Amino acid sequence: MSITKKVSVLAVGLGMVGTLAACGSSSDDGSGSGGSKTVTLVSHDSWAVSKDVIAAFEKNSGYKVKVLEDGDAGQAVNKAILTKDNPQGDVFFGVDNTLLSRALDNGLFQPYEAKGSDLVLPEYRADQDKHRVTPVDSGDICVNYDKAYFDQHGLTPPKSFDDLVKPEYKDLLVTENAGSSSPGLGFLLGTAAKYGDGGWEGYWKKLKANGVKVVDSWEQAYNEEFSGSAGGKKAKGDRPLVVSYASSPPVEVVYADPQPDTAPTGVADGTCFRQVEYAGLLSNAKNPEGGKALLDFLLSKPFQDDMPLNMFVYPVREGAQVPEVFSKFGPQAKDPQTLDPAKIADNRDQWVKSWTSLVLK
Amino acid sequence: MPSEPSMPSSLLSLEGATVRFGGRAVLDAVDLGVAEHEVVCVLGPSGSGKSTLLRAVAGLQPLDAGRVTLDGRDQSGVPAHRREVGLMFQDHQLFPQRDVAGNIAFGPRMRGASRTEQQARVEELLELVGLPGAARRSVAALSGGEQQRVALARALAPRPRLLMLDEPLGQLDRSLRERLVVELRELFGRLGTTVLAVTHDQGEAFALADRVVVMRDGRIAQSGTPLEVWQRPADAFVARFLGFDNVVEASVAGQVADTPWGKVPVPEGAPQGTRTVLVRPAGVRVLPADEGLRCTVTARTFRGTHVAVHLQPEDAPRLEAACALRAAPEVGAAVGVEFDAADVVVLGRSGVPE
Amino acid sequence: MKQAVKQAVRPARTVRGSAARLGLMAVPVAFFAVFFAYPVAAIVARGLEVDGVWRLGRIGDVLAQSDVRHVLWFTTWQALASTALTLLVALPGAYVFARFDFPGKQVLRAVVTVPFVLPTVVVGTAFLALVGRGGLLDELWGLRLDTTVWAILLAHVFFNYAVVVRTVGGLWAQLDPRQEEAARMLGASRLRAWRQVTLPALAPAVAAAALMVFLFTFTSFGVVQILGGPTFSTLEVEIYRQTSQVFDLSTAAVLTLIQFAAVVAVLAVHAWTVRRRESALRLVDAATTARRPRGAGQWTLFAGVLGTVAVLLVLPLAVLVQRSLGASGFGYYRALTREDGGAFLVPPIEAIGNSLQYAVAATAIAVVIGALAATALTRRDAGRFVRGFDALLMLPLGVSAVTVGFGFLIALDEPPLDLRSSWILVPLAQALVGVPFVVRTMLPVLRAVDGRLREAAAVLGASPWRVWREVDLPMVRRALLVAAGFAFAVSLGEFGATVFIARPDHPTLPVAVARLLGRPGDMNYGQAMALSTILMLVCAVALVVLERLRTDRSGEF
Repeated sequence: MSITKKVSVLAVGLGMVGTLAACGSSSDDGSGSGGSKTVTLVSHDSWAVSKDVIAAFEKNSGYKVKVLEDGDAGQAVNKAILTKDNPQGDVFFGVDNTLLSRALDNGLFQPYEAKGSDLVLPEYRADQDKHRVTPVDSGDICVNYDKAYFDQHGLTPPKSFDDLVKPEYKDLLVTENAGSSSPGLGFLLGTAAKYGDGGWEGYWKKLKANGVKVVDSWEQAYNEEFSGSAGGKKAKGDRPLVVSYASSPPVEVVYADPQPDTAPTGVADGTCFRQVEYAGLLSNAKNPEGGKALLDFLLSKPFQDDMPLNMFVYPVREGAQVPEVFSKFGPQAKDPQTLDPAKIADNRDQWVKSWTSLVLK
Repeated sequence: MPSEPSMPSSLLSLEGATVRFGGRAVLDAVDLGVAEHEVVCVLGPSGSGKSTLLRAVAGLQPLDAGRVTLDGRDQSGVPAHRREVGLMFQDHQLFPQRDVAGNIAFGPRMRGASRTEQQARVEELLELVGLPGAARRSVAALSGGEQQRVALARALAPRPRLLMLDEPLGQLDRSLRERLVVELRELFGRLGTTVLAVTHDQGEAFALADRVVVMRDGRIAQSGTPLEVWQRPADAFVARFLGFDNVVEASVAGQVADTPWGKVPVPEGAPQGTRTVLVRPAGVRVLPADEGLRCTVTARTFRGTHVAVHLQPEDAPRLEAACALRAAPEVGAAVGVEFDAADVVVLGRSGVPE
Repeated sequence: MKQAVKQAVRPARTVRGSAARLGLMAVPVAFFAVFFAYPVAAIVARGLEVDGVWRLGRIGDVLAQSDVRHVLWFTTWQALASTALTLLVALPGAYVFARFDFPGKQVLRAVVTVPFVLPTVVVGTAFLALVGRGGLLDELWGLRLDTTVWAILLAHVFFNYAVVVRTVGGLWAQLDPRQEEAARMLGASRLRAWRQVTLPALAPAVAAAALMVFLFTFTSFGVVQILGGPTFSTLEVEIYRQTSQVFDLSTAAVLTLIQFAAVVAVLAVHAWTVRRRESALRLVDAATTARRPRGAGQWTLFAGVLGTVAVLLVLPLAVLVQRSLGASGFGYYRALTREDGGAFLVPPIEAIGNSLQYAVAATAIAVVIGALAATALTRRDAGRFVRGFDALLMLPLGVSAVTVGFGFLIALDEPPLDLRSSWILVPLAQALVGVPFVVRTMLPVLRAVDGRLREAAAVLGASPWRVWREVDLPMVRRALLVAAGFAFAVSLGEFGATVFIARPDHPTLPVAVARLLGRPGDMNYGQAMALSTILMLVCAVALVVLERLRTDRSGEF
């Protein structure tokens, strides 16, 4: 056996892997965010924007935008924190008020006050002294109801948190695990905001006694258990009440084929918790200038106008257009529950833990 | 210690070749030479190390000590595929996914022969082994004898310096074996091939070889022409391995050996003192019951040309006698026995032929 | 003189042998070190190491928590129950596939294997449609299992049916029926003959299959997540929650270590049974042992197995297809080709192309790595170290995908290994899962090649490389194709790690399905079902092709 022959065998094997790797890097347009002409946005998998809008930004700014979608909202934040010493991009979008403290405490962002920050509606502003994050959108987590069910049963849909524990709504509500699902956590925070530190646990005891069902994910609750959604109808979901978003009814309209005249679902206006999503310039960003331009873009009118129908959220900029389908099928909650981010930061983990042993065990 | 001389004319020579498996020496300092055009047959029971000997020469089994030289060149460090020796495996080991031609052409192909050369060689060899026109047949469809011929052709195809055969006829039935052994002998004579074969079958070895080497426990017990070995087994082991059972300890004085069977005449000039004595069955003469050593006939075995008669003396080891077909006594008969000095051999003491 | 010769010869040989072995092993070892051990170690270190000090005390703290112990207990008992149930349901199937000959056998064998290579997200959804609300059981008897542990157990049977049928059935088909006949001639009753002769021969295969099923169910993730709801949680799901949602990395690290220890123990036992299985059994050509079912008893058994397969395996898949056809005509399928601007940057149909490309690359990597490893493991002088490596190769099957995914993220972030944004990351992660299948498929075949055939070639002048090409390759070519096919199907369906590292503009099929399921609306749901159906068909076609190539000895999976 000659050593050289052996080596050549190995070389074939290695060469194969090597070639693949080479293919990988060659097809990879401008690897990472090293090039100053590429700006990389890290986000969760709900990120969406119209092509012409992003193209206009690229043309005007001269930056090419690369997007990395990194799992659901919670995962994306956690991944960004894990990689903060050597981040995958320049800007992170998609940390909401329920997880904001985790991002800030871990030093995920560096300060930058985006252009147009003064036009942000006051209720959405956060971290005003350091400007580490920029609000981008908001949405309301609310109980949705199946119109057909309540019509058929001659029942009035619930309107408030208090309604949900009434006997006529027994065994009708499905919600999500607050430990694993963003709307689930939002709904829990809504009850905490409504009933306070001393009261929310009592409320949940009543809710449990009234037959609330808890599933792990929003997908499951909305597409399987809920009787009002397209997926739920197929799956013969039997819960006419579900914790979802205020923007879910318009989605049912937009994605139905053919499109109906009215939304099949409605929103219980008094059960909403306001979620605000923020973006920020990542610490150790390789292209901070491009990142700043991108943050400016996220607050700009073209993006804020375009955003609602892409991500089914509401704009935070004064004067941004809210599409007709929203105002028609999914108006924003009039008086949503809100919680101070600092309060969320202090209590979130403990609340989730108590909630878990109270409701799940 | 006398050893096989590694003459310059030796194509193959082993010097002190030793292979150990887990501390046990399977080859124990073996010295052996094979001259050009010589056909040497290593004969021994299973486990005597004869297959290991072939594998060591082929380069399939590294030596723990000693060395192998081919054409005077030390082969240590030369891998199997560069030694240019042929090895025909016991169960042929034909490549199942190739046809007959593919098997035979394998060696020439590995040595870079062109397609036409390969084809010509295949035809030539198939002719030689008596299977003309079998080139495209599948090896799975061949009979045992045909497989053996293809294996031989495959081993010969690259024109090896030395052809080694491991139990070449072991798996074939008796009549085929006897026919093939004659063919092989003729073939090797015609081609002038240098051959080192191993077998446990003495008939095969004697029919095939110019020289027979008997192995025992990794050592060479005797080496010589078939006639030498047959006539003068070196020791009790070789004698018994060759099928002789009338072997006893005796005290030799002059031309008489004192054995458990009584006084046995030995040839003139036989070594003296305490010795092992072999009486070939032909040298056991059966007499009427009142003459010589008194025995009872316990069994008779028909051997084609003669009858082997098993005799039980009153208080001595059993004897085997070869009787003519008509003269063989009945089982249970009482007979007398006497010995013929011409068929008595006084054996050596320690495996060293004298 | 002789001493000198000995000195000169011995070391040279030894060095050459080890060099060759190390050479063969080097690539797989390097692959696993860089793309498995290092990332997993990095994420564990992130959880347990603070300023260079290992906080091993965390292990005790975490174990002291009652909910962690509850998770451990549930993980173990559901795995045991799933394994027992799978054996109970699948052993008759193994018998039918081994001993009966019937039309469509190859296709049916492929069909029962489809669940094994489908992504959990698809299976969970399909299964929910069967035992969940409005499922068949619900419609017929008003029976719903979706909130009970039975849903998990049945889904585990659904998943692992093929493991038992292929592992046990593969050996069973090759057991010489005459051995049982001999026992009966000696006066044993049919049952007794089976117990005394066949069962002992099958026992190692049954044990190996049981251990594989235990391994897969012990580390079950997608099924438990989708069907288990918030109340049932395995270690793997808990690791995912702690890492991905609660962001408690130290708890996740401790749980990872616990799972790792358990998996290593299971694999050690598995390696032991596999070695025993390779012991001398009287094996015959599988084609000669199968015959048409005869008599009422055999027909009943045959019908029973077909019924089980129809209800447990085919029905959930059928529900999937039925739901994908919900819209008028092939509306959902047509929608796949449109860019909707919502869930994707590209039309969902492109996910098929991406998946195929990734799977081809992953298969190439898995086959090269797996074949090198299998060749190294086959060498006659393979020692204890090498055999340990055999078991080591199986480890990626038992380590949480989220751990590997996050590990990639924090470990492969610096040149020359800054692969985080490279597309090769996805095939690499998928290949990790594919390699064990390649090795396990090829090893039995390579080990069955008579070593003297290689020697015959060597003596005829073939160098080791040519020996491999001329002797081994022709004999393992089919096994290699089967292995490649399995690696291909497994990478097509891989979800756990891919979902963490796939690029948004290059979603794979399972990732696209998950993302579509994550959005409300009829079209999205329908498209998810349509994509799942396509994925299922691709897997099924791949497996049917494999069935045609299958050799009797490549039956471990």
